[in-house]
Amino acid sequence: MAYIELKGITKRFDTVYANDGIDLEIHKGEIHALLGENGSGKTTLMNILYGRYRSDGGSILVGGVRRVFKDPADSIKAGIGMIHQHPDLVDTLSVEQNIAAGMGGGVVLARKSIRARIEEIAAQYELAVDPTRKIYQLSVGEKQTVEILKTFYRGVDVLILDEPTSVLAPPEARALFENLVKIKARGCAIVLITHKMHEVFEVSDRVSVLRKGRMVYTAPTAETTREILTEKMVGHALAEQVSAHHAVAADAERILRVQGLSVMGPFGQPALTDVNLEVARGEIHGIAGVAGSGQKELCDAIAGMCKVHEGEIYYHDKDITRLPIARRRAQGIRIGYIPEDRMDAGLVGEMKISGNVMLRRADYAARVFYSEKAARAYGKEILDAYKVDAVGPQQPVKNLSGGNIQKVLLGREIGEDPDLLITAYPVRGLDIGATDFIFQLLRKKREEGMSIVMVGEDLDVLLEQCDRISVMYHGRIVATFDADPANKGSIGACMAGAGGAA
Amino acid sequence: MMNDIGLFLQTAIIMGTPMLYATLGEILAERSGSLNLGVEGMMMTGALAGFLVGTTTNSPLLAVLCAGLVGAMGSMIFAVLTVSLKANQLVAGFVLTIFLSGLANLIGSGYGNSTLPKTFTSKISAIHIPGLSEIPLLGPAIFEQSILVYLGILTAVVLWLYMNKTRFGLSLRVVGENPSFADNAGIPVTLYKYVHIGAGGFLAGVGGSCLTLLIVPRWMESITAGMGWISIALVIFALWSPARAVFGAYFFGALRGLVFKLQSAPITISGKAFYIPAQILDLLPYLMTILVLVLITLGKRKENRPPLWLCRPYFREDR
Repeated sequence: MAYIELKGITKRFDTVYANDGIDLEIHKGEIHALLGENGSGKTTLMNILYGRYRSDGGSILVGGVRRVFKDPADSIKAGIGMIHQHPDLVDTLSVEQNIAAGMGGGVVLARKSIRARIEEIAAQYELAVDPTRKIYQLSVGEKQTVEILKTFYRGVDVLILDEPTSVLAPPEARALFENLVKIKARGCAIVLITHKMHEVFEVSDRVSVLRKGRMVYTAPTAETTREILTEKMVGHALAEQVSAHHAVAADAERILRVQGLSVMGPFGQPALTDVNLEVARGEIHGIAGVAGSGQKELCDAIAGMCKVHEGEIYYHDKDITRLPIARRRAQGIRIGYIPEDRMDAGLVGEMKISGNVMLRRADYAARVFYSEKAARAYGKEILDAYKVDAVGPQQPVKNLSGGNIQKVLLGREIGEDPDLLITAYPVRGLDIGATDFIFQLLRKKREEGMSIVMVGEDLDVLLEQCDRISVMYHGRIVATFDADPANKGSIGACMAGAGGAA
Repeated sequence: MMNDIGLFLQTAIIMGTPMLYATLGEILAERSGSLNLGVEGMMMTGALAGFLVGTTTNSPLLAVLCAGLVGAMGSMIFAVLTVSLKANQLVAGFVLTIFLSGLANLIGSGYGNSTLPKTFTSKISAIHIPGLSEIPLLGPAIFEQSILVYLGILTAVVLWLYMNKTRFGLSLRVVGENPSFADNAGIPVTLYKYVHIGAGGFLAGVGGSCLTLLIVPRWMESITAGMGWISIALVIFALWSPARAVFGAYFFGALRGLVFKLQSAPITISGKAFYIPAQILDLLPYLMTILVLVLITLGKRKENRPPLWLCRPYFREDR
């Protein structure tokens, strides 16, 4: 019998149904994969079970008893714990303080018994971590272990993990999965939210697929196939992707050369150390690595947005290391930048599309007066050229969907006719349609001779889209590979810090 | 000379006491993620309430309690605005100071000439501890003080234990550092914020009452004269630790004491007498604060930075 039953769960955000009458059963001793694209409602559904969101309809049964969870404290009491995508801990406190926070018991913190209990649980599930270390001293993988220990410390027997591998290198992800199997064997129920197909087959016992807020499919993993799941997930069958990588000739013209680049982080710690990178004309150069390995700093440094500590950046053999962005533009240096956070460094959400597309234009920077009429005309041009789904150029950017926002941003940057385009996570959070559109566009631009630096998180996608891939680890580029699927294993090892020969 | 220095230390500690209470209160509020700039206003209302209750009831206990309660009531305006209605903390705090200062000056305008009964002041004045208070230099500073001074130190000790040794203190830090984690861990974020903003207001009120009951001791218009603002600066000076707040408050109290001292007595250098302008001395606490801010930033120690969620409203569904 199912331990947890969700019946007819419905949740609306404004007028959008994030969850629409969803039924789901979770059994003890199983790993249940919850599969779906970004925005399909997986996380929303689990946040409802976890008491973080209130559902607008439907009911939750735990062990056959109907429960209403007002907040996470309620659901923890009922034995349900959730681990979010990014480790949610207090950096300046120790592991044991983080684990003990919010627990009942005496007024005075009994450190000794807390530590003993943590060590006991760690031993039981074979998880290793030093309880006295401060969180900021830990790696992401270790932080996740702390999160898991934290939930077990609360006596949880239903564990929800929200895309836990998105911040992990492949070997770390494997270690996590091994842990999950051990945990399952002790009678816990595990829900694994994911959009990665291979994880479903690697670790889950049953799988449910969500599409656009509806539950479309549930089956034992052993009785289903990749093709079925893909079709259920996107609503139609996808053409098989083939790797399109071109070999980069050794004597190809170099558009960008980064030499010995070092950049300091906000606390004076090194964010980039001795980074070397070469990008050839007409190449899509992927940057792989666990999130936070220095990708953002590298992009910012090339784009001229952060202070370089040491090293040089050459654009067509011209040293642009310390050239401010305005001077670069004046000197005809054309580097486009699609930053990781579109609405932060990319666009101004409150402003109209028309204003946003003008921001990087040379004639805008050179003039005192600003013509809204010209801006609208240019905005309209971009909306048409990139098939942006918008009312018109007068619409504020923040009212667009993620895919359309990204198209506006791409339209603006490509509109400046750059010969080097830096893109960080260009398709993050986008649906399949927009993703396809953007990748096709980038490939077309490559054929026209544009060089593209593409920071990505999903190694499979990078292998599909790029010509070469450089791997970042702890602020260094540890190796560069041809984007050949045969190199996948070595790239994964480098992401986890194996170093290695290119 | 020894006697002079002893007296000076004694004054420094008395002058530092109102700021000590207010700083301790503000540390509580800021640890919960609330930067309450209403300290100056809450001190004003506390000062007035303490004085009025003191003159009418002749009971120091009631006077101090009421001062605290009035301060706490003031802080609840801030709490409702910023925690429940998610208003901007800086604006809400400023408005609170302006409103409460004005209110206290308005209500207090008729009481400028009243004084506390003699029986009241004798109850609250310095306790001589025989023998010990005769120790040169530190004797009078440590062993000849009002009960309010000792209570201030006791409060600091209790709060240090509370923040570092109890589970409530740990939860408080988590609320200020990472409210969504606190929420996940089942810590009632809103309740913690209300309670600690309220406790902060209470202590600010008590701090204010030290002025009208002990130091001045009567009601004057704008009696706090910037002490509330210095207390907010002191929180940074103390790096959000109640233990360091004690030293900070007394140090700043000494600077204040110096103002009076040097105004009346010139410094003689090789036969020439110099008077240091009072304005320069008044500047010292603020200069010190700027210096400390710079040092913290240069120090780059993670533990020394302000609570991560200071001044940010927390929306549960906003993820």
